[in-house]
Amino acid sequence: MLALFYIFIGVAIGVSVWQITRIMDFRGSIANDSDNDAQGKYAMGFLAFMYAMMIYCLIFMNVIMLPESASIEGEHDDTLFDITFWLIGVVQFIMQFLIFYFTFKYRGNKDKKAKFYADSHKLEFIWTVTPAIVLVGLVGYGLWQWNNVMDLSEADNPVVIEVYSQQFNWKARYAGADNTLGTGNVNFIKGMNTMGVDMSDPNSVDDKQVTELYLPKGRKVHFRFRSQDVLHSAYMPHFRAQMNCVPGMVTQFGFTPKYTTQEMRDLPEVIEKSIGINKIRRAKGEEPYIFNYLLLCNKICGASHYNMQMKITVVEEDEFDEWLSEQPTLSEVIK
Amino acid sequence: MSEHHHKETFVTKYIFSQDHKMISKQFLVTGMFMGIIAVLMSMLFRLQLAWPETSFSVVEAFLGSHQTDGIMDPDIYLALVTIHGTIMVFFVLTAGLSGTFSNLLIPLQIGARDMASGFLNMISYWLFFLSSIVMLISLFVEAGPASAGWTVYPPLSALPQAIPGSGTGMTLWLVSMAIFIASSLIGALNYIVTVLNLRTKGMKMTRLPLTIWAFFVTAIIGVVSFPVLLSASLLLIFDRSFGTSFYLSDIFISGEVLHYQGGSPVLFEHLFWFLGHPEVYIVLLPALGITSEIISTNSRKPIFGYRAMIGSILAIAFLSTIVWGHHMFISGMNPFLGSVFTFTTLLIAIPSAVKAFNYVTTLWKGNLQLNPAMLFSIGLVSTFVTGGLTGLVLGDSALDINIHDTYFVVAHFHLVMGVSAIFGMYAGIYHWFPKMYGRMMNKTLGYWHFWITIICAYGVFWPMHFIGLAGLPRRYYTNTNFPMFDDLADINVVITLFALVGGVAQIFFIANFFISMYRGEKATQNPWKSNTLEWTTPVEHVHGNWPGKLPEVHRWAYDYSKRVDADDDDSDYLHGKDFVLQTTPLLDGEDPS
Repeated sequence: MLALFYIFIGVAIGVSVWQITRIMDFRGSIANDSDNDAQGKYAMGFLAFMYAMMIYCLIFMNVIMLPESASIEGEHDDTLFDITFWLIGVVQFIMQFLIFYFTFKYRGNKDKKAKFYADSHKLEFIWTVTPAIVLVGLVGYGLWQWNNVMDLSEADNPVVIEVYSQQFNWKARYAGADNTLGTGNVNFIKGMNTMGVDMSDPNSVDDKQVTELYLPKGRKVHFRFRSQDVLHSAYMPHFRAQMNCVPGMVTQFGFTPKYTTQEMRDLPEVIEKSIGINKIRRAKGEEPYIFNYLLLCNKICGASHYNMQMKITVVEEDEFDEWLSEQPTLSEVIK
Repeated sequence: MSEHHHKETFVTKYIFSQDHKMISKQFLVTGMFMGIIAVLMSMLFRLQLAWPETSFSVVEAFLGSHQTDGIMDPDIYLALVTIHGTIMVFFVLTAGLSGTFSNLLIPLQIGARDMASGFLNMISYWLFFLSSIVMLISLFVEAGPASAGWTVYPPLSALPQAIPGSGTGMTLWLVSMAIFIASSLIGALNYIVTVLNLRTKGMKMTRLPLTIWAFFVTAIIGVVSFPVLLSASLLLIFDRSFGTSFYLSDIFISGEVLHYQGGSPVLFEHLFWFLGHPEVYIVLLPALGITSEIISTNSRKPIFGYRAMIGSILAIAFLSTIVWGHHMFISGMNPFLGSVFTFTTLLIAIPSAVKAFNYVTTLWKGNLQLNPAMLFSIGLVSTFVTGGLTGLVLGDSALDINIHDTYFVVAHFHLVMGVSAIFGMYAGIYHWFPKMYGRMMNKTLGYWHFWITIICAYGVFWPMHFIGLAGLPRRYYTNTNFPMFDDLADINVVITLFALVGGVAQIFFIANFFISMYRGEKATQNPWKSNTLEWTTPVEHVHGNWPGKLPEVHRWAYDYSKRVDADDDDSDYLHGKDFVLQTTPLLDGEDPS
């Protein structure tokens, strides 16, 4: 690959130098009829290149995409995305065709006369109103979905989890038996109390601190995010979930996991993506990849930003309860 | 001042010049120099993204102590993306683009002898020059330049404990930006005053070329929004150096609790994006104005929907100041605000769509003269459409949740404002080079430059959408720590190859620019057969632009291919040629359009 790269650079520089030395021969500066003719045809060639690239990416890059939403709330995101993407895709293909086809079709020459066409209220009305109507639809659906995702008030008996970020790791705290998180502040950080939990708050006593997230399938999870140093962003792409972690305030997000980790591994698109990844990993002699949900940092936070992750495991509810009961409470850990 | 020449020394002519044409060239060359640096930086970090484990001697040569055995350190990677963004957005596409063409074209196209204040204009350039120098000096600070991203969100940008670049590097960044903003404001005020007061006789606002409308509205947006960034930067300087807590609160870092209480980083985000979003239009509108002019001239057709174009510029300008929150959907601000910003953001698609459709209609049934400037303008329309459409995805808060800060965003804004604005700038340079230097640029090199550049631009940014949709966050030094992204490695290599070839291809332009300056074909007075006033001035620059009286304007700027009989396309051209200068009086009974 590297050899290819050096060859590429070499050729590019070679062509540049060769062309530049020829500047002496070409003194022309204004396009004449034969330039117009040639450039118009190149425009069609470019259009072909562009269509080929667009179609290639649309078809063959499907496999690298994120699989379908693993949260119930994210389903509408996927639908809205599909609608929007088809829409802009069609407009893109048409507009690019018009731009480059017109460049070709109307390439100038001495005998041609351009049409004097300065205005048409009818046309302008059409292309003001049409996008407006389409946008009303998109905005309407989008806003409905936004409220749907961001509204955490109606969840009934959610799992309450605090996700806690610092340079460069994630921790989490489960609300415990009372399902209420104790308050926290950086002033309480000391020794084992790495999340700065106020242990004098009675709600804190049964909280449980972990370094890996377990979520129950089919139950609403209510996340509360905190950061102790700089901005981080808790990005859980498979669940279509993201929220910034802001020092000095608590932010929130919520979703309901739809598939357990195992069910996700069995989805055909995940299997296909894993096969692709493992082909590459085998060639490099690395361990095979097995799908896991991840929480990634998605707000620049410092040198190791690129490696700030936490594993998420989604299990059936009884398994989740069992796992949670095995975790020690904060009052047991912080003496 | 026009009637007699001041005695000029080398210093007053080439350095501390108050002539708008010279200042314009100074902005251009400084902007190009900064642009070369920013492009080289992007090539360095593209190498890292494509081959994270490979050692490059070129990295050693450029990065010195910021690399280990030819592999760059994560800190300097972040510094490179930060400075690349800063330089490109502010120094190249704001000062380099607006500074060059507003200065060159405002007096020439409205029929003025010079800017309202030549002295302030000179100050504006020299402040820009000073801020460029400070920014360049920050590259050589021991701990590295600012590295918190071009958005410099605190607390990362406020705390040297958080990242080494937030030490002296960040201080210099803030100082440089403060000077830059002063330069930009002085320039913008000058442009506004000049357009309002110094239009020649007959040059009504509704007869202005769209370039001038774009520069004028851009300057207004700048005056409205840049001061907010200055305040934001000042407060950040206070937080960093004087212990205030505007943006900081409850921080525990390096084993200790800091004293900051009660501030909020979200405040900074609001202030930053109150400039940051209008900034996109500060960058883009001049490019669109240039394109309007060039597409019309080279299609030999009037720009379609002149008044709609002005209306859409004004609508974009107004909306641009009330959409900033779409950068902050997931910042933790109230979700209701998110709804409002989604609504206003998607509204901006309407005037943008009107502009795109109007450009395409201008091409329709034209007699296209495919000069390099014209090709770059057509390329701009293409990238503006491609990048603009993905804005519908990102502007929708519900969808933004999942693609915020991924490579999808990187692809979107590079196409819609980066590549588009650069294309506008190139188009402007090819088109007005004869006005600047009295010589023509070589078209063959221009063609090579255009086709390689547009192919590479799409080769870089089209696939990038898809790695964003795969969930890859931006500003990752490498994605090798995530097996789930292993299948993106090949795409990253392809993107880097396109980026390298595209970067190297700019040699065509640079060589063409500098060689043509001295050896290019001599320009004629009106090489593109254009209608606007700048082509009525002599080729050799004179102080005051027109040797005698100022020209008088009788018509709009777009009477191309106008016929004797407006309803008959086969009738003869008015005045026997396919363009009618703005200085030509209307005939009896002629429809003024």
